[in-house]
Amino acid sequence: MNRAGYQPIAPRPAPADTGGPWAWLRANLFADWKTATSTLVLGGLLLWFVPRLFDWAVLGAVWSADLKACRAAEGAGACWGVITEKYRIIIFGRYPFEQQWRPLVATVLMLAMLIASCTRAFWRPWLAVLWVAVLAVFFVLMYGNTPGLARVETDRWGGLPLTILLATLSIVMAFPIALVVALGRRSDLPAIRAFCTLYVELIRGVPLISLLFMASFMFPLFMPQGLTIDVLIRVLVGITLFTAAYLAEVIRGGLQAIPKGQLEAAATLGLSYWQTQRKIVLPQALAMVVPSIMNSFISVFKDTSLVSIVSLYELTGALDMAINADADWKPFKLQGYVFIAAIYFIFCFSMSRYSRWVERQVNKSRMR
Amino acid sequence: MPPKKSSWSWRSRAARGLAYQVVAIAVIAMIVWFLASNTLHNMRVRGIQSGFDFLSQPAGFSIGESLFPFDSAESYWRAFLVGVSNTLRVAVAGIFLSTILGTLVGVGRFSRNALVRGLCYGYVECFRNIPVLLHLLMWYLVLTDLLPAIQDAWHVGPFFLSKGGVNFPVPVWHPGLAWAIGGLFAGAAAAGLYRAWARRRFEETGIARSVFWVPVLLVLACVALGWLAGGAPSLVDSPEKGEFAVENGGALTPEFLALLLGLSTYTAAFIAEVVRSGIASVPAGQGEAAAALGLDRGLEMRLVMMPQALRVIIPPLTNQYLNLTKNSSLAVAIGYPDIVSIANTAMNQTGRAVECIAILMAVYLTISLLTSALMNWYNARVAIKER
Repeated sequence: MNRAGYQPIAPRPAPADTGGPWAWLRANLFADWKTATSTLVLGGLLLWFVPRLFDWAVLGAVWSADLKACRAAEGAGACWGVITEKYRIIIFGRYPFEQQWRPLVATVLMLAMLIASCTRAFWRPWLAVLWVAVLAVFFVLMYGNTPGLARVETDRWGGLPLTILLATLSIVMAFPIALVVALGRRSDLPAIRAFCTLYVELIRGVPLISLLFMASFMFPLFMPQGLTIDVLIRVLVGITLFTAAYLAEVIRGGLQAIPKGQLEAAATLGLSYWQTQRKIVLPQALAMVVPSIMNSFISVFKDTSLVSIVSLYELTGALDMAINADADWKPFKLQGYVFIAAIYFIFCFSMSRYSRWVERQVNKSRMR
Repeated sequence: MPPKKSSWSWRSRAARGLAYQVVAIAVIAMIVWFLASNTLHNMRVRGIQSGFDFLSQPAGFSIGESLFPFDSAESYWRAFLVGVSNTLRVAVAGIFLSTILGTLVGVGRFSRNALVRGLCYGYVECFRNIPVLLHLLMWYLVLTDLLPAIQDAWHVGPFFLSKGGVNFPVPVWHPGLAWAIGGLFAGAAAAGLYRAWARRRFEETGIARSVFWVPVLLVLACVALGWLAGGAPSLVDSPEKGEFAVENGGALTPEFLALLLGLSTYTAAFIAEVVRSGIASVPAGQGEAAAALGLDRGLEMRLVMMPQALRVIIPPLTNQYLNLTKNSSLAVAIGYPDIVSIANTAMNQTGRAVECIAILMAVYLTISLLTSALMNWYNARVAIKER
């Protein structure tokens, strides 16, 4: 054994630093001359733009409802005073001023309900019962006509409560329709399949606004004479029919993803059509499309802004109403738009984050 | 052997199916009859006439902007035609812009530069979480309120920007320009032939030739030759600042611009997501293989990732195009005379609600079907040829 001949080779040098902020900067901002150049150009633009935006929106801004200060700051700073002055009208529309605690409570209740429905601990059968109860309370609070609560006609409803009501109710009502239509489109019965296809394609072929025009101007023509239906309900029907067509396609996508073997296995067990759908197909298909359903909900939430065109004063309409009527504040409408854009953004962004989370939950069973 | 059933029975699946369908048809027929009879009755009571004969009557309203001349004495069908052309104009321009912007932003999500990635992500989240109607209203407000008045329009050379929109120079029509257009077609044909030849040579010899710059130069050279052959007509109609308006030249109204910019920036955010998910669907090994072959990031994206991502991208992209076209109906909120706002005016004037809505549906369905057909054809072309 020749121990003396053993010569360890020199250790390799440690790898260059691959952790820490410097390494991250080098890899992500200055990897080569191309990235470095774009970093410098974009960084320069940001450094120029962001401080100016900050000056305008925060430092130079007027926060109090002081018209003189706003006029003085025009061009140099934002006038958030227009929000301070008008926020009650923007958020609650034409709802009677001294009664506005009612839509506030109703909205908070509805939001709490929406958040609860997104939480796993509440996914129980009694949630449906709770929903019916909350919707009933919402209507009683908003409409009144009970001892202690004065009646407020639906044409005075507006702002954020109306936006949330339209979005929530239309998706809740559209869901059962969409389910039936989606099953119908995959049915073996030609007449039923044809009707469902016709419905979906016709509705998806036209813009929502034409349906809303139809709901608000033509609907009275369709009804027996003497029967008038509230414009809120007509518009709700329009949005629901529209949403149902899109939702039906989403659900159909889920149904198509179920392997045929599942249906054959169910048939082998002797399950009937409805048993197969209820116990085998729908639980798998619906779980798969939950994220897409969330996305439909986000679209509906944004689409409710269209009802301002048929003169319902939801958030967008309420802003127009609040600011257009007042010549003093009208020059500061852009700030009003930014305010409601922020409200829409908060809602839609948190919903899309939630939908990502659900997607991960759903995919958990398929991860390995 | 099972007993042969000749009589009608609930136990027969076919019989039940038939019964369900008969019931469904009956219910739907009853609903339709109920609505139709109500409508007819109401129309009789209110003295509303029906039928499409109103289309040939004079419209009696003027339209703010149109591709071809229109005045209020012309018939309703001409007015509808103006509406359709306006819708198509904004839809085609919007599809073009949003595809470019959306693809850039979508590819930017995969940049190695963290700043680019972050900005692209921020763009997508900011634009798609705000209703498109609000986008349009904001653009319109910015274009009509914050820009300078027409009298002191900003201008760079012959281009003007003001509350009155954008004004730009247009070449005056001259028969010699026909030569230039002929040159354009000849150049396009030559470029096509060159590309086919270059591809064949590439497959035979493996020598890659430029398939971008050479065709572009070919087209430009042919156009220039045609233009010279036509006598080089160079009369240009430039806008000038008048006392109250910017006169002459071509113009884009603030309504059109607001609609175009609002729709394209909004739809671009969705297209960016479509592109991102398409690229993300290509297995990472493909990108790694491209890097191992020595392709740089740009070539890797263009030659390896994109062709494979396209088949995932195209179906949802078609949907986005259709959404953009349908969203153009929101023009009614900012006063751009698209088909919906014209149909709306006609409906208010004539009371022919059913007919106007029917026309509207027919127009949008035609556009939708045409777009889908076109995109399906393109999809079939880029689909990966499998065994």
